[in-house]
Amino acid sequence: MSGLTLAKRKVIWAYIFLLIPIIFFAYIRIYPTLSAFQMSLYDYNPLSEEQPFVGLANYEELFDELSNPRSVTTAAFRNSAVYVALGVPLQLLLALGIALMLNEIRIFGTIYRLFFFLPFVTSTIAIAWVFRMLYQPQFGVFNVLLQAFSLPQQPFLKSPQQALPSILAMVIWQGLGFAIIIFLAGLKQIPRTYYDAAQVDGASRWQSFRQITLPLLNPSIIYLLVLQTISFLRMFAPVYAMTDQGSGGPLNSTTTVVLRVYREAFQGLNMGYAASLTVVLFGIIMSITVIQMFVSNRLVKT
Amino acid sequence: MATIAQRRKSLFESDSRPTRIRGDWKYKAFSYLVLTLIAFTMVVPFMWMISTSFKPVTEITKSNFFPIDATVDNYGEVLFNTELPRWYLNSIVVAVMTTVSVAFFDSLAGYVFAKYEFPGKRIIFILILSSLMIPTEMLIIPWYIMSVHPIIGSSWVDTYWGIAFPGMITAAGIFLMRQFMQGVPDELLDAGRIDGVSEFGLYWRIAVPLSLPAIGALCIFNFLGNWNAFIWPLIVTSSQKMFTLPVGIQFFSTESGSDWHLIMTGATLSVVPLLLIVIFFQRYIIEGIALTGLKG
Amino acid sequence: MRRSRFVFVAALLIMALAVGFAVTAQDDVIEIEYWQYNFEARVTAMDMLIEQFEAENPNIRVIHNSDIPYDNFRDELAASAPAGVGPDVVSLFYGWIPAFVDAGYLVPLPEEYFPAEWIESYFSPMVAQSKFEGEYWAIPTAVRTLALFWNKDLFEAAGLDPEQPPTTLDEFVEMAQALTTYDGSGTDILNITSEGYAAQISGQAHHWFREVLLRQYGGVPYDEENRTVLYNSEEGCQAFAYLTAFETDYKTGSNDLFTDATQAFINGQEALHIDGSFRIGTIAANNPDLNYGVAELPVGPNGEHYTFGSYWTHGITRRAAADPARLEAAAKFLQFITTADAGTLWVNNVGELPAQLEAASDPALLEDPILGAFAAGLEYSYATFFVDESAQRQVMMDAFDQVRLAGMDPCDALNEAAIVEQELLDDYWAGRDE
Repeated sequence: MSGLTLAKRKVIWAYIFLLIPIIFFAYIRIYPTLSAFQMSLYDYNPLSEEQPFVGLANYEELFDELSNPRSVTTAAFRNSAVYVALGVPLQLLLALGIALMLNEIRIFGTIYRLFFFLPFVTSTIAIAWVFRMLYQPQFGVFNVLLQAFSLPQQPFLKSPQQALPSILAMVIWQGLGFAIIIFLAGLKQIPRTYYDAAQVDGASRWQSFRQITLPLLNPSIIYLLVLQTISFLRMFAPVYAMTDQGSGGPLNSTTTVVLRVYREAFQGLNMGYAASLTVVLFGIIMSITVIQMFVSNRLVKT
Repeated sequence: MATIAQRRKSLFESDSRPTRIRGDWKYKAFSYLVLTLIAFTMVVPFMWMISTSFKPVTEITKSNFFPIDATVDNYGEVLFNTELPRWYLNSIVVAVMTTVSVAFFDSLAGYVFAKYEFPGKRIIFILILSSLMIPTEMLIIPWYIMSVHPIIGSSWVDTYWGIAFPGMITAAGIFLMRQFMQGVPDELLDAGRIDGVSEFGLYWRIAVPLSLPAIGALCIFNFLGNWNAFIWPLIVTSSQKMFTLPVGIQFFSTESGSDWHLIMTGATLSVVPLLLIVIFFQRYIIEGIALTGLKG
Repeated sequence: MRRSRFVFVAALLIMALAVGFAVTAQDDVIEIEYWQYNFEARVTAMDMLIEQFEAENPNIRVIHNSDIPYDNFRDELAASAPAGVGPDVVSLFYGWIPAFVDAGYLVPLPEEYFPAEWIESYFSPMVAQSKFEGEYWAIPTAVRTLALFWNKDLFEAAGLDPEQPPTTLDEFVEMAQALTTYDGSGTDILNITSEGYAAQISGQAHHWFREVLLRQYGGVPYDEENRTVLYNSEEGCQAFAYLTAFETDYKTGSNDLFTDATQAFINGQEALHIDGSFRIGTIAANNPDLNYGVAELPVGPNGEHYTFGSYWTHGITRRAAADPARLEAAAKFLQFITTADAGTLWVNNVGELPAQLEAASDPALLEDPILGAFAAGLEYSYATFFVDESAQRQVMMDAFDQVRLAGMDPCDALNEAAIVEQELLDDYWAGRDE
């Protein structure tokens, strides 16, 4: 190797260093992606010896079910949309509000930050079970509190109307800490002189928020928007742990696309059909990412 | 590109900043009040969890917050009559395995992408990054089939490798490390080359020590993420002895009912040590998120 | 130097080969694998049976894999099947058999070891659910039935005779109402402080409806060939209305309270409870002081006794069938673990009832204060033919939830359930008929 030029030697070393990562990504990420597309064209049941090719039949079944407003698949897509539409804005608004207040205080700042952060690092499964207990009729903390104020008890997770918001509340609660930290980091990037100047000009607190904070926080907001949208779309563990037998009930009111994938693939063993569901999910996430890239590019330009 | 020294400074810089508008004590008091209330709601569930773990089984469905007849029986049962200690070990093994691998391969790949020129660099980098857009959920079915008929060895189902393999190298980590390694001064590397340091030596003895804060943040997030991972370990483990903690806790609930006393005790045991770690390293972790935008 | 190393390696290789041959030559023993899900009492009982079997059949070794929890059992079988490993004899819930047959996972029981006439005279009639398309595909060691559990202390507290559980469906309703207590602020479900009866539809209540209440009201769940849903009938409506009324009209309890009905009964917060014999062990483990009794299920309008039977059953896999010697060993083993003696060993260790009539008619068993009621049910028990047990259960859960949570009429909910379940049956049979 000593006969080679430095540039050539560096090229060879680059490939040697990248060898394992390249094999890894090819075999563990890219190949399975293609294989998910392929499986979605088969009636794939791992118990059977043969996996018949069925063309687009899985997709036909999927769209058939989606055209029935009462099917479980429709419920799964609808609920996932609701989780995103309610969860993302609520979580960002709350986090932004808390971050602004945290940014304002000096004493005990670290302690507060730590409190908000704790749920984020704990296991979703453990926390989901705790909330499942807190939501219980009769002895759950929430109902005990309602009783203490002579308010009527609520069924929470047991009611088709309240179950989804109840799960959503827990998920927002758990993810709050992360969004707060990102906002705090964004706030820290804003030079203090901007605010001082605004103050000199007699701007009110609200005005400086509208004119300075919000525009300069835009990158953090977009970053969180995309990240949290995708994570709400991929929701699985909280619903699995908080509903009866991981069913996404009552009456499919909380089920999600990923829960559907899990149940079809690993409980029903209809892996082909489940693969077609994941392909659709992939399409949705891809479009969101592309739209985000487009939007943030435009924001940067203007 | 910020230099490493600057980045390092921002990492440990004090986060408390002077109040912008002085004398606005009403706003401050309001902030403290609201923050205290929210902070309270953040801790109550944990307190409930810990308190319930000390209740006897028959008290689980009563509404008292604190146990009337406090007992440590649940701990005895969980530690000696269930596989929980084993799940603990499994979670640690998997989290350590992936973290060590991620720390090494992500930083090495990040270093190469930052400091080497070679044909195909752009396309390889884009291919690796594009895998970030693929939801894990799409891969679990193929991964499962791959684990059943692996190219190497017999079935990966129910092995540590089976649980860990999807997370051994991460695209986000490579991206992060590439950003960071770009701050390593070329002059240092060239000087090393002149001194006859091998290419691996340049990475190991120059690039790595200069990037330790980023590698540290990456390790912590990777550890947390793998510690709390659920869907893949749920699928790829099949015997109790290979469960990780989250899967094991879920397993306390079966078709014939949920063992709430075991669930709450298991949850406490799995969460509390982690909370202690977080409290201890909180500054590092929080600054790590702020710095990298990584999610556990 | 190099040469001596080569000699050394060669010698090692030869030794390894020789040892390999020696092991295979001496190894006339056939190894078969038996798998069941993890349940301590069942594992212990099976270990005893395997020990006895191996003593009688020294040339067969049985590897017992009982490591897999219930929830993962099907996944794990699915994982092992394509890899060509896995069990030769496998324990499956009887409701899964059709799906496993459909996937080509099981082979029919060999006729020379398990003649159909012998099975039909020797075993409880409920094993017939594992016969279809003219062949038996699985055979159980033990079975279980449903019976009525009642909490004697709560009876006493409500002023009822603690030794007189309800014997008819009407009495059952009256007592459930009398046994329900509420907090001061109302008599709605969420005011309940102690339940009379709560229907756990995801647990045993859907079985109680399908195979017991429905028949008591004069209906049948499916046609004889299990191809058509028939519970969407007048009788079905009445039976389903009976079941849903506990929560919607009488307000005697709900599975939503006290985490679930089973937990409520174990904690002494539910007075009447319908469950299987397997619950006895759970009660003993979690609340040994519970003062309860077990009686036969109450009779309905037609005065007849019915109960639901279910069982874990054993089948032989296509892996075993690939090799005649393995198939023979598997059949011998299966025969051994399904004798009346095995059934008796099972009842003593697991608390499940023997599947063999001769073992089940043991007078000592029938007189047992706890197990007697379950054993009495063996002669009038029905099992359901499930093509997809969890999906069919989900159908009933949804119908039940539509009534209690969305206020739907029980008849309409049942009709909707029938449409969905019929689709499941049609799908299955369409696949079989091809």
